Order: sequence, then C-alpha cells, then structure tokens
Amino acid sequence: MTSLSTSKQPAASGRGSLGSVSLGRKVKDRTVQGLVYLAFLLALVPLVSVLWTVLKNGLGRFDATFFQFSMNGVAGKDAGGGAYHAIVGTLEQVAISTVIAVPIAVLTAVYLVEYGAGGRLARVISFFVDVMTGIPSIVAGLFVLALWLLALQFSFSGFAGALALTILMIPTVVRATEEMLKLVPNDLREASYALGVPRWRTICFVVLPTALPGILTGVMLAVARVMGETAPLLLTIFVTKAINTNPFAGPQASLPTFIWDQAADPNQNSIDRAWAGALVLILIIMLLNLAARLVARRFKPAGR
Amino acid sequence: MAKRIEVSGLHAYYGGVHAIEDISMTVEPRSVTAFIGPSGCGKSTFLRTLNRMHEVIPGARVEGKVMLDDEDLYASSVDPVAVRRVVGMVFQRPNPFPTMSIYDNVAAGLKLNGVRKKSSLDEIVEESLQGANLWNEVKDRLAKPGAGLSGGQQQRLCIARAIAVQPQVLLMDEPCSALDPISTLAIEDLIAKLKSRYTIVIVTHNMQQAARVSDRTAFFNIGGTGEPGRLIEIDDTSKIFTNPEQKGTEDYITGRFG
Repeated sequence: MTSLSTSKQPAASGRGSLGSVSLGRKVKDRTVQGLVYLAFLLALVPLVSVLWTVLKNGLGRFDATFFQFSMNGVAGKDAGGGAYHAIVGTLEQVAISTVIAVPIAVLTAVYLVEYGAGGRLARVISFFVDVMTGIPSIVAGLFVLALWLLALQFSFSGFAGALALTILMIPTVVRATEEMLKLVPNDLREASYALGVPRWRTICFVVLPTALPGILTGVMLAVARVMGETAPLLLTIFVTKAINTNPFAGPQASLPTFIWDQAADPNQNSIDRAWAGALVLILIIMLLNLAARLVARRFKPAGR
Repeated sequence: MAKRIEVSGLHAYYGGVHAIEDISMTVEPRSVTAFIGPSGCGKSTFLRTLNRMHEVIPGARVEGKVMLDDEDLYASSVDPVAVRRVVGMVFQRPNPFPTMSIYDNVAAGLKLNGVRKKSSLDEIVEESLQGANLWNEVKDRLAKPGAGLSGGQQQRLCIARAIAVQPQVLLMDEPCSALDPISTLAIEDLIAKLKSRYTIVIVTHNMQQAARVSDRTAFFNIGGTGEPGRLIEIDDTSKIFTNPEQKGTEDYITGRFG
C-alpha cells in the first residue's frame, strides 16, 4: 500500500523526476555557502591585521643598519642599533634544538608506529608525549634552569636555550611524524618485506621517504612555534646587547627576547626596533616554510 | 632455479582464530598451481605461510612444516628475511613504491639488499622488465615515477620487481583481480612464460583463469562460519574441472555452491 503511493508521487507532482532543485534547497545551499565564506573571512582578519601592523610599523627600521649592528652601547632613546646579535642567536638556538629534537622525535615516532604499536611501552610513551605537548613553555625554561644551570652548574648560554626549545619541539614533531607514518599504506611495507628486505631497511628506504613531505611540514611547524618562544629563553640565555656567536658560552640574544626587551622601553626608537625585530622574525619563519615546501615538493611521491 | 614445496600438517592462526587447518600438499616445480575457493576459506593465508609473510601480522602464527626442497622454512635457525628472498610475492593490488622511479622500483629489492653496482643493476632491471613483458612500454621512461603507469602496467612492474631478486618460487595473491581483461591477459601470458623458470602459485577467484593458466589446482573450503579453512582436494587442473573426486569441489566449480 505505502510502496504503491510513494512510487506514484513523482508523477503526481506534475514535474519530471529530474526537475529543478527546489527553492528550499537553493536557500539552504546559499546560506551555508555564505556562512563558510564568512568564517573564512573572519579567520583572515587577525592574520591580515597582524601582517599589516607589523609591516607598517616594522618597515621603518628594516634597513641595512638593523642587520649589521648589535645594541652594544646603544641606549633605548638612541636611533640606530640593530638586531644582528639577536638574529644570530635565534638562528643558532633554533638550529641546535632542531638538530637535537628531530632525530629523537622521528625515532620515537618510528618506535610508536613501526615497533611498539599497541604495546604497553608505546602507550606509556604516547601518553607522556601528550603530556609534553601541553607543557607551558615557561615550565620548559624553568626545567632547564633548574637542571642545567642550577643543578649542573652550567652558565647561561644559547645552548641552554636550545635545550628548552628542544623540550617544546619534541612532542609536536613526534605527533606529526606519527600521523604521517600511519598514513603510509601497509601494502608498501609488505611489498618490501616480500622482496626479502629487512624491517629496518624497509623503514629507512620505503616508509620514511614516503612520509617525508609530511614529516618536513611537521618539523617546520615546530620550528616556527619555538622560534617565537620568549619565556623559556629569558630563563636560559639571559639578556645581552652584544654579539655572541658562540652558543655554548655566555649569554646570547635572540629575536623574541630582543623584541621583548625593546618593546619594554618607552622610547619610540626602541619601539621601532621591536617592530622591525618582529618583522624579521616573521620573514625568517616564512622563508623557512618556503624552503621546506620546496624540499617537500622535490621528494613528493609522484601522482598519476 | 625452481624448487618443490612440500607442506605437511600446516595450521595457521590469527591470535586465537584458527584460520587454516591441517593442510598438506606438494607444489611441483616449474608448474603453475592455482588455489581456488570461496572468500575467507584461507587461500591467501595459506599462500602467505609459504614465504613467512603470515607472521608479519601481529598475533599471527603458524604450526607445521613447509619444506622447500630439503629446507624447512619454519626451522628455528631459518631467517624469514632470507626465505622471502627465495620465495617472492605479488599482491592483489599493484603496490609500486610511490617515491621511486620505474627503474628504482625494479631495482628496489637488490638496492635495499646492498647491490650497488650500476652495470649489473642496469642489466637486471632490463632483464626483469623484459621478463615481465613491460620493457617495450617503459624503456624510454625508466626515470619516471612507477605510480604514473596504468594499473595493469603497475602490476607487471610489481612482477618485474619480484623477479628481479631472482627467487625460486613466485606467489601471486589474486594478481588480476584489480585489472581489466586485457591487462589480465597480459599477466596470464606472462605467467605461462614464467613457469619455465619458477615454481608459481596463484590464488584466484576466477575459475576460468585457474583453468587457463594452471597445471594443478587446489580447492579450499570452510566447514561453516568461524571454522578454519581446509584443503578439499588438489589434482591436475583438467581433472579438477572435469571430474573432481569431491562433491564439494564439483558444486563449487559448477556454481552450485552452498
């Protein structure tokens, strides 16, 4: 009875069954489309606003002097001075922390996905990686301060700062790498095993290269995150206005602490330097991102 | 080159699940043996026990004996990695390595096992691609990615990759199920050509294919849901398809199954 009446309905409506989309659906379609665009624009507002403000205020001191000089002997009210010491410091600290964090993190992820999968140890590690992801950055700084500087009696140095950044970097890279390794189809591992290739070679030459673009993206996000960290650096590298190219001895500057230091000074010249420092920091992160994308494209698995 | 496989009293498990029960058979060298049977009857599981790929799955284990000529594959001193170099495998879905070129895909098994000499690699790659009837189609684009080939070409690439490590036995797990009839024909021609050099075992759902390519056919079945798969009978293909011993085999191949 019911099936008979429903099958008759299209004919009864007087239109072909392939008739035009009903008004209700058109309205819904338009509404949702509008909402999606609105959400997109809202998300763009802070991004564009930040970029615009930093560009507008930062370009004033974005000059050759800024890249050639430190703040040594320059007082807050003086014009001139630059961030050379801070740029060198940031690049060294982030490079060191990347060199330490990436191997540890990638190997941890390899263990979690390829060896430990589902085991007790893997679950425990996974739990602590999650906990580490949530560590406030200042706690990482305090940890290094307590262990490296106070307990082990090392002095303030770029390296101590790099250690704090490493702690912040490891969990993000582990998570990103883990997700990427899980995306590698099992077919490929089996294909490799079936050729008589041992497991570790399969991981090195089949699994990791396949996941490489994603891993690089994850590493870049982590680098971008730690590059802007201020709090842990204040506790570990201290503050200096002079150039110190040796990351292993003595206080070192960094861009975030440079910005923090300059912005705290009420003189306009200092504030201009702080904006220029922010602009440089954003540019470095953008350049690194661009470089990582180029590298990732180079290794990208070719589609059909 | 080719070796005889003798299986006796083989059981395979996935964790607590008994997947196949008490299988004994002989696979003759330089011939094609086809495994047929309904889905879930353990054909693929059994195939994977022949090169110790079964145990790659967590919790999976095997009991019983698989003799390759006079070596027991499951002896405690045997390295499963070495077994897989002798017993190659081609999978249901073509799975070329996505990061590698056509050339590197074929050379993968050798390169990853430490062969580095360019001249011998070149030679083996060409030989293997010719062996897989793919050379003429790809010889001008060896440096292009393997994933850029068509499905049938990818499967032949996988066969070339498998034979490049010069195994004694080639296991094929439904190698044509993802391919169109023309590519299937190309693979079947290839199987006919390869059997002069290798022992070939092929799992297939396509009974015409089993009849076309194989010399001997084994029929597998399960007693019921949740029960382990068993070998019902194995015999010359012509006998299985015209005058099988078992009623179950006859029902299956004539389509009166169940």
